[in-house]
Amino acid sequence: MNAIILTAIWGVIMMFGGVFIKSKTAPRFVAITGMLIVLSSSIIELLTKKSFFNFDHNNMLHTDGFNLTFIAIVMTCTLIYFLLTGTEIEKVGSHVGEYFALIFFILCGISIAATFNTLLMLFIGIEIISIPLYILTGSDKRNLKSNEAALKYFLMGAFSTGIMLMGIAFIYGGNPNASFYIDKIQIGLGHMPVLIAAGLLFIMVSMSFKVSAAPFHFWTPDVYDGAPTVFTSFMSSVVKVAGFFAFLRLFELSFGIVHEQWQYLIAFITVATLVIGNITAVFQQSVKRMLAYSSIAQAGFMLLAIFALNAKAKEGILLYSAAYSLASIGIFGILTKMEDYTIDGFNGLGKENPLMAFAATVFLLSLTGIPLTAGFQSKFFMLMAAVDNGHQFWLVIVAVIFAAISAYYYFRVIQAIYFKESDRNVVVANAVNPFFNYMLIVIIALIVIIGIYPEIVIGWMYR
Amino acid sequence: MGNYITFPDLLIWLPILAGFFCLFAVNQKHAKNTAIVFSLLTLGVSIASLFFTNSEKYMTYNNVSYIWLKYLGANYFIGLDATGRMLTLLTAIGFPLILLTSQNDQLKKPNSFYGLLMLTQAGLMGVFMAFDALTFYFFWELALIPVYFLSSIWGGERRIQATFKFFVYTFAGSLLMLVGIIYIYLHTDARAFVDGTIATHSFALNAFYNAQLSGTEQAWLFAAFFIAFAIKMPIFPFHTWQPDAYDQSPTTVTMVLSGIMVKMGLFGVLRWLLPMFPSASIHHANLVITLSVIGIVYASCLAMMQDNIKKLVAYSSIAHIGLMCAALFAMNEISIQGVLIQMFNHGINIIGMWIVVEIIERKTGVKKISELSGLAASAPVLTILFIIIALANIALPLTNAFTGEFLMFAGLYQKNIWFAVFAGLGVILSAVYTLNMIQKVFYGSVNNVTTEVKDINLTEKLVLIVIVGIIFFIGVYPQPLIDLTSESVTNLMFKLK
Repeated sequence: MNAIILTAIWGVIMMFGGVFIKSKTAPRFVAITGMLIVLSSSIIELLTKKSFFNFDHNNMLHTDGFNLTFIAIVMTCTLIYFLLTGTEIEKVGSHVGEYFALIFFILCGISIAATFNTLLMLFIGIEIISIPLYILTGSDKRNLKSNEAALKYFLMGAFSTGIMLMGIAFIYGGNPNASFYIDKIQIGLGHMPVLIAAGLLFIMVSMSFKVSAAPFHFWTPDVYDGAPTVFTSFMSSVVKVAGFFAFLRLFELSFGIVHEQWQYLIAFITVATLVIGNITAVFQQSVKRMLAYSSIAQAGFMLLAIFALNAKAKEGILLYSAAYSLASIGIFGILTKMEDYTIDGFNGLGKENPLMAFAATVFLLSLTGIPLTAGFQSKFFMLMAAVDNGHQFWLVIVAVIFAAISAYYYFRVIQAIYFKESDRNVVVANAVNPFFNYMLIVIIALIVIIGIYPEIVIGWMYR
Repeated sequence: MGNYITFPDLLIWLPILAGFFCLFAVNQKHAKNTAIVFSLLTLGVSIASLFFTNSEKYMTYNNVSYIWLKYLGANYFIGLDATGRMLTLLTAIGFPLILLTSQNDQLKKPNSFYGLLMLTQAGLMGVFMAFDALTFYFFWELALIPVYFLSSIWGGERRIQATFKFFVYTFAGSLLMLVGIIYIYLHTDARAFVDGTIATHSFALNAFYNAQLSGTEQAWLFAAFFIAFAIKMPIFPFHTWQPDAYDQSPTTVTMVLSGIMVKMGLFGVLRWLLPMFPSASIHHANLVITLSVIGIVYASCLAMMQDNIKKLVAYSSIAHIGLMCAALFAMNEISIQGVLIQMFNHGINIIGMWIVVEIIERKTGVKKISELSGLAASAPVLTILFIIIALANIALPLTNAFTGEFLMFAGLYQKNIWFAVFAGLGVILSAVYTLNMIQKVFYGSVNNVTTEVKDINLTEKLVLIVIVGIIFFIGVYPQPLIDLTSESVTNLMFKLK
């Protein structure tokens, strides 16, 4: 509860700050202060299980170790994101305060989507996440690509929201309790009533859209490519895993009982996502676009959690959230500093800036899933969850094959960094301050620590 | 000692420490010397460990176990048993020899080069000592990553493609193995930890041995593990990455790859595959041996046709590894004993071969057999030492490889006479291509490439003499090596019954 209230309040503060503060750098410090407050209060809530704020929400929100841990992960990653690329946010346009305000509102939405106890709250949470995202996507106002991406994202997002709303209405009408509360949606074993089945399907489609799972992924590459890189970083990391978290929670708590009836559908979506994400990523020349497709590919792996829906899957999704967000924020942070976004643009980075090159390598290795990195542990848990699920072993094999294919495009960047010579004068275009370097070291350390000792993340859940 | 510092700890941490120091070395000489000093220390530790083989008496000296992922049932568990002791000894002997002969004077970024090389050693040591599936997998990959960078940065012209092919092959294989590990893990019993906590499943090696698996499950898991190991060895038809990778890697790295790293695959079969799936192994033995024998003959033929010395040695290595794999799957006491000895000997011999090839390439600048001639006139010492190593490579009596190959053939013969016959063809062919190569490169008239060549210097002489010394010592008196490893044979045969 702390996170919901405080992020909302701080969002408003940032909005007013945008009006009154004339300095361009001041909002960043206000935002970082706010993030520290939000983060520490959510950790306090995780430890004590008590919120600072007690208001009557009619049991529409529910907090437990699982989602509080997730919120803490999200807030930590966002803090790191602010610290690493806060200066880049300032460069996007003139409304710096507003950008930060929007990010705080997104965090508020994420906190709601993570703690929902009714379908209404889920819907509100998802919408609070989505609408600021449309704005952030189009924030580079003079760039046609950014405008196009924003419009595309908005239209398709609105459409999927409609589908979700319809699904919720069906579920509401179809269940005997006529309730939005997810624990009161009684489906019962056996054959699903038509209304419930249709509602489930609609919700599955719209959630798949939000997490960019194939075949509902078409917006992703354009939006990720068109949006200012610094916001793509946020979208593809924290926001994405939040979508998955809500997806998992919803399907576990309300539709878990008929798991076997929709499992095949998820399996289909998983395979499609893995195939499309990985195969298309192989052919990309722009690193930014490659990362967009790779985020689809990673979504395929995260879908394994929803497919498996067991204890390991829940642990896995937490690990994946941390591992994937950290690596994504890191690699996009480096990308914002680059002169050229193509893979050839990374040529010779190893010579020009060894630390950045090393950091990029670690992030890419983590995304590939090489042991000693957090990425390995998260993939490992996902595979374990899927194998534990038993009777669908083929899916695991498919996932593993595509994990091997993913090495191809991630390693192309590593090859460019270390093994190829640059033909341009500067590889790194933007000035890199020492603080950026320190943050890279912090992220590397976190990735390696989680890679060796994942309980550091999972352990919180059982506290 | 014992409780504070153990052999496995030292064998892993000395190389890691060396790698760390190398990164901060100021110049090439400094980096190289650091690496050499530490690798000699590691060798010392490894030799010292040979005097503490009694597993009960020196339990605490030879085993390290820390609780790692408690509720998953994974420990960081490394230890030395007979096989592990032999292979860590090979690694420990191999690295100083390799480092002493690496003389690329204009190496760019020498500190990273030696740093990564030492990390590879740590990874290899870990693989050979892991007693816990997750630890094993970690080290398995850890040995791969530094080699990928080593070959891609310091290799030949087509290094990027060649190394990447190598990486993708092995990475795909290890992911399959990972799925296998997870599957078995979920069929293991609970594991109790020292501090009283209990995990529902266990990653411990013994738990893996005792996992409850049906016949079909064993067959599938056998495939998953075998492909990973077969790629690493490599066995026909998974070998296509190898000649390119060996040719394009810097020779120093090629020595590590062919001398020590290929043993990871054989070791995997010995330590994990055979004892975990005895019935599936017996069931698929003929298939595997057939593949291996095809590989032996095919690689030998390719080696005969090669004009590139490096590729010739690479193909000869495929043939030898094929023979070892075939003998492993013959699964009788003699053949397995033979493999255990041969793993060590092959490592020494092939490193010797590569050292000479590297010297030739460095001194003449060519690696084509057809362009070389009459080296014996200008470099007599090199010639004599190389001929001894080459003869060991074709397993002449009195050289180290003879005992091993003899035992392996005896074992294969027991399994099926035709396997022994066709595998024997490989030995004959190896004599053909090796002697042919010696004749063309070292004898004949001196040509303009070889006239200017000077004989080898003192370090190179010393290294080659050490190798030749080992070759003769084991060739004449193989008993210590057999004693060192016989315990593993007994244990394995017990598991296979």
